[in-house]
Amino acid sequence: MGKEGMLQRTQTPSKERIPLSLKLLDILMKWEVILLFIFIIVIIVNSNLSPYFLDTFNIFNTTFNFMEKAMIALPMIFVIICGDIDISVAGIIALASLFMGMASSVGAGTVPIVLIGLGTGLAAGSLNGFLITRFGIPAIAVTIGSMSLFRGIAYAVLGDQAYTKYPESFAYFGQGYLGNTTIPFELVLFVFLTVIFGLLLHRTTFGRKVFAIGNNSTAAAFSGVPVNRIRLIVFTLTGLMSGVASILLTSRIGSTRPNIASGWELEIITTVVLGGVAITGGKGNIFGVIIGIFLIGFLKFGMGLINVPGKVMNIVIGFLLIIAIMLPGYIGNLKGRFLLRSSI
Amino acid sequence: MMFNLLKRREFTLFILILVLLLAVSLRSPNFFQLGNLYYILNDTAILVMVAVGQLMVIVTGGIDLSVASGIALTGMSVGMLNQYYPNIPIIVILLISLAIGFILGSFNGLLVSLVKIPPIITTLGTMSIYRGFVFVLSKGEWVSAHEMSAAFRELPRGTLFGMTNLLCCALVVLVIFTIFLHLTKTGREIYGVGGNKVAAQYVGINIKKIQYLAFALSGVIVGLSGLFWVARYASAQNETALGFELQTIAACVIGGVSIMGGSGTVLGAILGAIFLGIVNNALTIINLSPFYQMAIQGFVIIAAIVANTVVDRRNQLAMLRTRTF
Repeated sequence: MGKEGMLQRTQTPSKERIPLSLKLLDILMKWEVILLFIFIIVIIVNSNLSPYFLDTFNIFNTTFNFMEKAMIALPMIFVIICGDIDISVAGIIALASLFMGMASSVGAGTVPIVLIGLGTGLAAGSLNGFLITRFGIPAIAVTIGSMSLFRGIAYAVLGDQAYTKYPESFAYFGQGYLGNTTIPFELVLFVFLTVIFGLLLHRTTFGRKVFAIGNNSTAAAFSGVPVNRIRLIVFTLTGLMSGVASILLTSRIGSTRPNIASGWELEIITTVVLGGVAITGGKGNIFGVIIGIFLIGFLKFGMGLINVPGKVMNIVIGFLLIIAIMLPGYIGNLKGRFLLRSSI
Repeated sequence: MMFNLLKRREFTLFILILVLLLAVSLRSPNFFQLGNLYYILNDTAILVMVAVGQLMVIVTGGIDLSVASGIALTGMSVGMLNQYYPNIPIIVILLISLAIGFILGSFNGLLVSLVKIPPIITTLGTMSIYRGFVFVLSKGEWVSAHEMSAAFRELPRGTLFGMTNLLCCALVVLVIFTIFLHLTKTGREIYGVGGNKVAAQYVGINIKKIQYLAFALSGVIVGLSGLFWVARYASAQNETALGFELQTIAACVIGGVSIMGGSGTVLGAILGAIFLGIVNNALTIINLSPFYQMAIQGFVIIAAIVANTVVDRRNQLAMLRTRTF
């Protein structure tokens, strides 16, 4: 009660100075609100273009196509807020899938296969983190290398072959539904993990430290934030989630080829940046990214329904990314001009 | 003097290249022949050219992920032009490819300098956009060897002064850009912008102009490379040069170019590219499956950057020591 009163008292003076119209503009021009608008437009346009779009079964089923990417987008938020980047995630998917395929081919059961997938992701992620923090090398340089290394190992072992034999129960992770409903297991897992990652980012000291590193890593270090340990954890976490994504994807398509998930790293980064996370670090939140994930997913689904080829979808996504970054700057300008005029 | 030379990263890399060549020739004695080296250089020429463009962008503090898509788009454009109008002289096609590359690079440059979108985001977007336009242009079809005119296919193979046109062209590009980056005022300004933007602004460097210029010139090289790529492999596809952008960045990183901008030499990028080229070619010569190429490349990149960092740190420590005592 007392706390609330204090909050209001400190806010009242500034409330009176800012005109109502500007405050409305402020809310409307919040990144998440803009995204939500675009998202609603996409849904309206899509449902007008195709009668099959607004079908619950279809909507649930289309989430299969982007849930694995969404799993990696979650830790990628942390990486990018730290001011780093990880482009080896798709490489980790290939490597983890390779080892799972190997285990399966010698007759391992579902549980060991899953553990191997998680372990590979964890190890690959911590290797990235170790190289970046121990030697002080920029993350982009390290992960360009490890991306080739991880996927390269899959190519070296598999060549033009593929692992296609997986236990039947393994298929549940990527193809199963929750009980008798039409809700995919992948979607449920995503919701669960989103809550965990959201709490971790916005409600724990760990999350605060991640923001602090992204805003000014030197200042953070001097304030007692163990910068390198946090970054190591963030990269390890990204590796682990890539392992999770690898399990889901391998289970869904039921095979391991060395080119599995190629090009995903860029789409994942696009999603996170479209979700309002600043590529320069220090800024972002999980809600924007969640809207971004579903925005891109449904946009692609809708375009697929009206037979737009995948390559053309990429043009749309590319422009979307550039416009998404352009808009806030122009809105800032607009606001500045508005403030100037109202002050005169 | 000698000590300084030894400390130069380019020199270390040069020695490494020699060691690599020796190691491969131990496995396969007929590797170390002039003809073979010539073949490797010819094979690496495109990578060397694009790596120098990439170097220029990285030095300004940016990065260009759209180079491979740019090569594919330019290549497909000139390939189709040649397919439908085989009588257009090759010199005109060459100019057109330069123009297309310039436009693609300028688009990147304008977005980065005027609209102020971070380079990595800009080029991430244009990478998808350019690659998408290849598909729109070709509708998924290839331009194959028999659809190209003989003059078009002969462009990279024909010889000039005893070298292939491709090598000649790469040599000209390298000379021009070495002079431009290391001996002109604008070249110094490029390093200034990458080294410290605020300081560069205070000494009166037009940062927007420099950023635009780096991307536009890199685009011109990309355009030229697109033409040579398609003509050399005698096919223009949607997947042309897929993943090539990472090789160009890798070449720079191996060559000691700081990914944060501000430092790195043309010679370093050239040696880095040649190093990658030798690794790629050596595999087939020592009878390793080409499927190993990617893994070895990744390993080499990581090893090179770790080595560079360790050497750097030791040099800095040595400098500190000489100062205190």
